Amino acid sequence: MQKLKKLVSYYSPVNRWALKVLARNLIVFRKTWATNIAFNIVEPLLYLAALGAGLGVMVEDIEGMSYTQFIAPGIVATSAMWAAAAECSYDSFVRMHFQKIYHAIVATPINLEEVVVGELLYGTFKSVLSGTVIMGVIAALGLVLSPWALFTPVVLVLNGLVFSQIAMIWTGIVPKIDNFAYFFTLIVTPMFLFSEVFFPLDVLPQILQQLAWLLPLYHVVALLRALTIGLVSAELIYHVMWLIIFILLIFPLPQLLMRRRLIK
Amino acid sequence: MIVVEAQSLQKNYNGFPAVAGIDFKIHRGECFGILGPNGAGKTTVVAMIYCFLPISGGKLTVLGKDVTLEPRSIKTKLGVVPQENNLDLELTVRENLLVYAGYYGICRSEAQKRAKELLHFFGLSTKADQEVEQISGGMKRRLTIARGLIHTPEILILDEPTTGLDPQSRRLIWEHLRKLKKRGLTLILTTHYLEEASQLGDELIIMDKGKILEEGKPLELIKKQVGAKVVEVEISPGQSHALLGTLENLISGYQIAGNTIYLFVAEDENAAVELINSSGYVQTYRVRPSNLEDVFLKLTGRGLDYAETEETGFIL
Ligand SMILES: Nc1ncnc2c1ncn2[C@@H]1O[C@H](COP(=O)(O)OP(=O)(O)OP(=O)(O)O)[C@@H](O)[C@H]1O
Ligand SMILES: [Mg+2]
Repeated sequence: MQKLKKLVSYYSPVNRWALKVLARNLIVFRKTWATNIAFNIVEPLLYLAALGAGLGVMVEDIEGMSYTQFIAPGIVATSAMWAAAAECSYDSFVRMHFQKIYHAIVATPINLEEVVVGELLYGTFKSVLSGTVIMGVIAALGLVLSPWALFTPVVLVLNGLVFSQIAMIWTGIVPKIDNFAYFFTLIVTPMFLFSEVFFPLDVLPQILQQLAWLLPLYHVVALLRALTIGLVSAELIYHVMWLIIFILLIFPLPQLLMRRRLIK
Repeated sequence: MIVVEAQSLQKNYNGFPAVAGIDFKIHRGECFGILGPNGAGKTTVVAMIYCFLPISGGKLTVLGKDVTLEPRSIKTKLGVVPQENNLDLELTVRENLLVYAGYYGICRSEAQKRAKELLHFFGLSTKADQEVEQISGGMKRRLTIARGLIHTPEILILDEPTTGLDPQSRRLIWEHLRKLKKRGLTLILTTHYLEEASQLGDELIIMDKGKILEEGKPLELIKKQVGAKVVEVEISPGQSHALLGTLENLISGYQIAGNTIYLFVAEDENAAVELINSSGYVQTYRVRPSNLEDVFLKLTGRGLDYAETEETGFIL
């Protein structure tokens, strides 16, 4: 019973206090949204141009899709991943460590766990927003084949929560801001390369294909690709369940690590 | 009415006792000063009061509530001005107040009204729409105090509110704090400025190395510990004990620092001065009213900002 209470307490910071922290971030976002979004869009479109129009010419159609069509949903997923990961690593670290904003907030009725959840929600918000905008651009380019793509934001919420949390875990641990380089090199980049964004995994050895199943981004890409081409089946539930379980399992970690870091 | 009560309060950082079992009571409407040098444990004490640091031992109640059990409802009624400014640099001066009001759940129109009043009170109205980075250090400090008042707290905690400011900015902040005191707000103030403690503090505790050395009202503390007057005497070191010998009955204590002896005169400074004059050991001397610095010197054998004295003596 005691244990159950403790377990529930890790999820209770998802409350109105956390929303106040989100609100603070949104007020700042309102001042910078134009540059913010512009930055988030330019890079993926460059990828799409270089890989689709360039590399794509030399690559045969994959599963009936042109190469550009094949990579488009993956580009949406990865840019959304980057948005969440950057927000809850570098940007959160600056707020926490240099600006001492977490300290300022925990002197009010809001507690540290709620600050962390507020930050995760903001990372998710930015991730969903930039992913959705890019999906819109891709649709305008004629690379989306099915109205199922309208469900993109739902998948991006899961994606955003996953990567905000993973980044926040690092923010709870890294001694210095420079140490985030490891996070991007060891976690984010491999995720980007081996989640079936650029090539179908069946060209890889069996063992690597199975390892890809462990990557959250792999499931996000699978979902988004299915939505953009309209190949929606009950099997997609497995990907959704995988992501939800992952989110719930690691949910206590960012809170615990941040408390250990800041409160002696 | 008691608003904060600590009983054998302790705080350890990995076994290091930063606060080593202290007791104190703070009453409504008073300005409670915590005076002590760097590392005394002042910040640690107030951070436990505003429920940031968990306590390691003893008991601490704020507004009748236990800090370990009801931190949220305690924090709702406290205003905090931390030692390090932590204003929100991504927001303007006014937005800092409005967003902070949001954390307390104050509605938008009420927050606007409060922010306007506070900006006016602290002389920041003309800076309201500037970025925080652009205002001076003294203004940042005043803004931090204003922010701590946005929800009309019952107690305002100020951790070294004027450290690092120029004398003029410091006086201005004292002026504001005095006005707040007049309105009946309870203040908890840490400082290592004696002048600040004696100007603002109604009740003081003097801390060093995690312990309380003395407590009481500033003037009573001075009277009790060192008497009303101090005679500072320049003397060659070899002769100090000879002089002390002749003065034995007239002083309550002394301090030797290099060529200077501080003599805490028990009752009759004129008699002491006469003896000093006639002793033949003394080159120059000066009589001045005693202050908290002398109290601190006597209690610890060192000044708040100065090097250790070589010898301290109590004559009881
Ligand atoms: N997070 C921490 N980990 C370990 N030791 C700490 C920590 N914070 C403070 N200390 C130690 O505890 C003691 C009391 O520190 P505290 O900051 O409370 O002192 P202070 O009176 O506020 O000093 P100052 O005037 O420098 O602000 C010091 O010896 C300090 O080194
Ligand atoms: Mg301090």
